[in-house]
Amino acid sequence: MAHSALTARALTRDFRGFRAVDAVDLEVADGSVHALVGPNGAGKTTLFNLLTGFLTPTAGRIEVGGRDITGLAPEKIARLGVARSFQITSLFGQLTCREHVELALAGDLGWKFWRSDKLLHRHRDQAMSLLDQVGLAEHAESTADSLAYGRKRALELALALALDPKVLLLDEPTAGMGVEDVDRTVDLIGRVRDGRTVVMVEHNMSVVGALADQVTVLQAGKVLVEGAYAQVRDDERVISAYLGEAHVAD
Amino acid sequence: MTTDVLPEVGRPARARAKRFARPALLAAGLIVAVWLPNGIYTGLAVDLLCWALFAVSVDLLLGYAGLLSFGHAAYWGSSAYATGLLAVHLGLPFPLAVLGGALTAALIAIPVGFLAVKRVGIYFAMVTLAFAQMIYFIANEWRSVTGGENGMQSVPRTLGSADLSDNYYFYYAALPIVLGGLWLAWRIVHSPFGRVLVAIRDNPARARALGYPVHRYKLAAFVLSAFVAGLGGGLFALAHQFVSLDTLHWTTSGKAVIMVVLGGIGTLWGALFGSSFVVVLEDSLSQADFASPGLLTGGIFVLAVLLFRRGLWGSVAAFFRRR
Ligand SMILES: Nc1ncnc2c1ncn2[C@@H]1O[C@H](COP(=O)(O)OP(=O)(O)O)[C@@H](O)[C@H]1O
Ligand SMILES: [Mg+2]
Repeated sequence: MAHSALTARALTRDFRGFRAVDAVDLEVADGSVHALVGPNGAGKTTLFNLLTGFLTPTAGRIEVGGRDITGLAPEKIARLGVARSFQITSLFGQLTCREHVELALAGDLGWKFWRSDKLLHRHRDQAMSLLDQVGLAEHAESTADSLAYGRKRALELALALALDPKVLLLDEPTAGMGVEDVDRTVDLIGRVRDGRTVVMVEHNMSVVGALADQVTVLQAGKVLVEGAYAQVRDDERVISAYLGEAHVAD
Repeated sequence: MTTDVLPEVGRPARARAKRFARPALLAAGLIVAVWLPNGIYTGLAVDLLCWALFAVSVDLLLGYAGLLSFGHAAYWGSSAYATGLLAVHLGLPFPLAVLGGALTAALIAIPVGFLAVKRVGIYFAMVTLAFAQMIYFIANEWRSVTGGENGMQSVPRTLGSADLSDNYYFYYAALPIVLGGLWLAWRIVHSPFGRVLVAIRDNPARARALGYPVHRYKLAAFVLSAFVAGLGGGLFALAHQFVSLDTLHWTTSGKAVIMVVLGGIGTLWGALFGSSFVVVLEDSLSQADFASPGLLTGGIFVLAVLLFRRGLWGSVAAFFRRR
């Protein structure tokens, strides 16, 4: 079996007595694309927040490449090569797309308070090539605030990619995108997955089907089913979990 | 409006105007700074320099890191005392005394900042205030060193054989230090570090996800800001040749915040403008024997905040940008 890039063991998180993530075990094989699906409120984003240090687990542990990272600060985990995007677009409004990516690429240059900020342009070419990859080349000089929704999502992706992560966590990368943008994003993830491990929360089943090697279904904080896409798709319990949600949505 | 009708003509002209606006402003500022003690009485001119540094230091935190320090008198005042001690006991040339004072302030800011940056918003302000009160208390009790309520008397200001007893000459001797401090603040704001600070201010979670240790950046900003405040406080001690407990009082912290908010948060020019405005206003009120100048400055503060959301300078700048 392939080596595990990211492992969660009995990961649990309570919010004032409410158990949002309940003893989740997760093994993400090195180099795989692993999809995390499940109805709204299943605990997917909370799980991401635990894995990236934005929340501390109530119990359980997390390993990246065999190293225990439980309780590490988000910036430390990011520096260890685990990058994430946010479900709710999270950008620096006034900066341009290029400045966003330059900032993501800057790393330790950021300490230099005695140098001109033109120093960040050192990464201009690399920033432009990342923007090109996500289809934002023409918008390099637009502020994030002025971008349409789908483009903001693309910029989210560019920022995560700028860290050149070993493990890439994407929280609903295609949510709210038009068909064309979804296709481009699937294409992009398909390209950047080389040499990386990708964990993605995704509702769009055709995206999951196109990309995922392995699928974990969460429901009410627990792992409901895990397996290959075709296998999970036809699982009775998964169908009823999603039907249940549709029922509630009515 | 005209730019929309005649874009080819309007845009380059406006861009050119913008490109020249900054150097022109800088030149005007320098001319005023060089001329100042010839136009107003020299004691006031020196005070303007000191408070300019103090306000800029507070704006560095408030405007660029989004941190409201309500205890910055701790750094202004502790540098004033340290500068005074270095001048009295070691007889250091005054620039070295000021540098020593500012470094002392920065040193004190390390543990305070370390604890404060773990809090945000009003809680950050309260931690900074609490430590400032503690330092005030220590200075008050430690009479043998600080002179307690009597303050520290007859602080000398020396520079080789130069006679600096006249404020007119002291002003010009101090000006390079002040310009150096202002340059440092400008450099910080327009550095990679400054960019990261603004990013942290606008979206701390995202900055952390990009691998930036948010607490450490804020701490660095806090210490740098204390250093700049310390430059101002040290010069203030020398300017008056006396250090009073007031330099550590919470109302002194408040005054610096008022200067920044009044001038406009997040522009260094605004801090300069706000500090000059308040210093000159308080001076003219005390000249006029006005019973409670604090009341009037407070009233003007409230009005300015209500009328000019971006502060006096911010509103003027926005007005010109719109044209
Ligand atoms: N910070 C929080 N405080 C309290 N409850 C939370 C918090 N974050 C998430 N929850 C709850 O945890 C559950 C899982 O949420 P979330 O992880 O966002 O689900 P998903 O991403 O799968 O839609 C939800 O019921 C949500 O209300
Ligand atoms: Mg979610």
